[in-house]
Amino acid sequence: MKEKINERVNWPVTILLIVGLITVAFPLYMTIVIAFKQPSEMTNSISGILSLPKSWSLANFAEAMRVTDFWHSLGNSIWITLVTVGISIALHSMIGYTIGRSKARSKFYSFAYLYIVSGMFVPFAILMMPLVKQTAQLGIANWVGVILCYVVFYMPMNVLLYSGYLTNIPMALEEAACVDGASSWMTFWKIIFPNMKPMHATVAVLTALGTWNDVMTPLVIMSGSGSTTLPLAQMTFQTQFGTNYNLAFASYLLALLPILVFYLICQKQILNGVVNGAVK
Amino acid sequence: MKGTKLDSKQKTYLLITIPILALFFCFNTLPLIKGVIYSFTNFRGYGDYSWVGLRNYIDLFQDGRVGRSYWFTFKLAFVTTIVVNVISLILALGLNSKIKFKSALRGMYFIPNILGALVVGYIFNYFFTYILPAVIQMVGGQGNSILASTKWAWFAIMIVCAWQSIAMNTIIYISGLQTVPQDVYEAGSIDGATGWAQFKHLTFPLIIPFFSINMVLCMKNFLMVFDQIMALTKGGPAQSTESISFLIYNNGMSGGQFGFQSANAVVFFIMIVVISVAQMRFTGKKEEQL
Repeated sequence: MKEKINERVNWPVTILLIVGLITVAFPLYMTIVIAFKQPSEMTNSISGILSLPKSWSLANFAEAMRVTDFWHSLGNSIWITLVTVGISIALHSMIGYTIGRSKARSKFYSFAYLYIVSGMFVPFAILMMPLVKQTAQLGIANWVGVILCYVVFYMPMNVLLYSGYLTNIPMALEEAACVDGASSWMTFWKIIFPNMKPMHATVAVLTALGTWNDVMTPLVIMSGSGSTTLPLAQMTFQTQFGTNYNLAFASYLLALLPILVFYLICQKQILNGVVNGAVK
Repeated sequence: MKGTKLDSKQKTYLLITIPILALFFCFNTLPLIKGVIYSFTNFRGYGDYSWVGLRNYIDLFQDGRVGRSYWFTFKLAFVTTIVVNVISLILALGLNSKIKFKSALRGMYFIPNILGALVVGYIFNYFFTYILPAVIQMVGGQGNSILASTKWAWFAIMIVCAWQSIAMNTIIYISGLQTVPQDVYEAGSIDGATGWAQFKHLTFPLIIPFFSINMVLCMKNFLMVFDQIMALTKGGPAQSTESISFLIYNNGMSGGQFGFQSANAVVFFIMIVVISVAQMRFTGKKEEQL
């Protein structure tokens, strides 16, 4: 009897949760309908704002793409995110490996571990102003500087994840490779790196979500370079949107679309990655 | 033979570790040191500057605007952390119970977290400026935007921050609830633990580690809040919603207070460290007791 009750679908909770989805869906619905409308359709009443558009015309989007130079900022965002993720996976797994394997025996490596991981406590606010000066002096006040900053900002978390994951990879694997005459460098790339695959996924998801949505770093570092990232463009063009909210919302929707599509495709990996990263 | 092999291994390790450590030093520690140095100068961000000793720090504690930004940031972080954790825990319990469309619902409730905070902020800005006042007017209230009210603008920022972080915290709580074995509930129900008693005495103690992760994550994120402020209020009205990060950015980068705001950033940094360490000590102790 008890078992049966346990296995029954809890409909009241299901319905409550479906109703609760309104809080998630409403802002997105609002964005979509406003993005498709013409300014003349926007009367001051709520029904005027929230009713479905008369025609699903793409004119706003074409205009928004032109005004914000969409393809350019989209390209920048994709480029910065991909390069950051690539470098992060390579460098952070390497140093996570050397530190993780040596920190129990060596003072130098255990210090290096603490040194990098404690970087997690450093807020961007204190690095911001000196970094602006520094990147300008080095002539990398552009995407290069932004990527270098990201690689360093995500290092504490990723080193923690990678060196923690190493305990799942038996030492015997490396020792066997060593006996076979493989160099440490080869052992890492041929044995360890492929075995870290689940952690690569977590690191890639966390680093990619963080860099894709970040505004502050490109805002302060790239502001003089004339190019922008996708979220930053929304801020830069606020004045050009003026009171044409339909144009602005078309642009917002375009800015949200890539990550939404990406989420729909790899929802499982993203959820796993986020949970792994937070819990470990 | 063995000795040379070990040496070459250690050499490779060092060749990997040292350049990466150097990179980390250049873009983390070096700017941190520079920030501390600037905090003892009257640097405006350009031109000449001279040493002023502890002047900036003394001024900092007498500056009303800085004090208000600390008050605002801590109030926002504290209230939002509580709101977010209560709602996500309830949501996680719901999403972890025997419901239909479980994975679809979980997936949809996570959507707010993947969206960029700035764009979300702009969308909510429109909602608070045009839609909410119209709704309030319909039920007979005054139709002013809460973003224009010094008393309530922080509340709007709280809602936007919460909307996004609830998604994240819920997922963490769900993974915590999944670690609770089913027989714990069965044993509990024999002893008569159901409903609230079951949650209080069985479920919650078992997911305390996840609770502490969420508290630390929330506090840290909200203390550093920036994007939402930028999109919703830009610190206004009447500087009532300036977060610490926003003030450092605004006055340090373009307000000619590079040195002064560096001192502010140093104090902020120390506070973050103290709070994080205290939180970890506190939650660490609680876990030990179990």
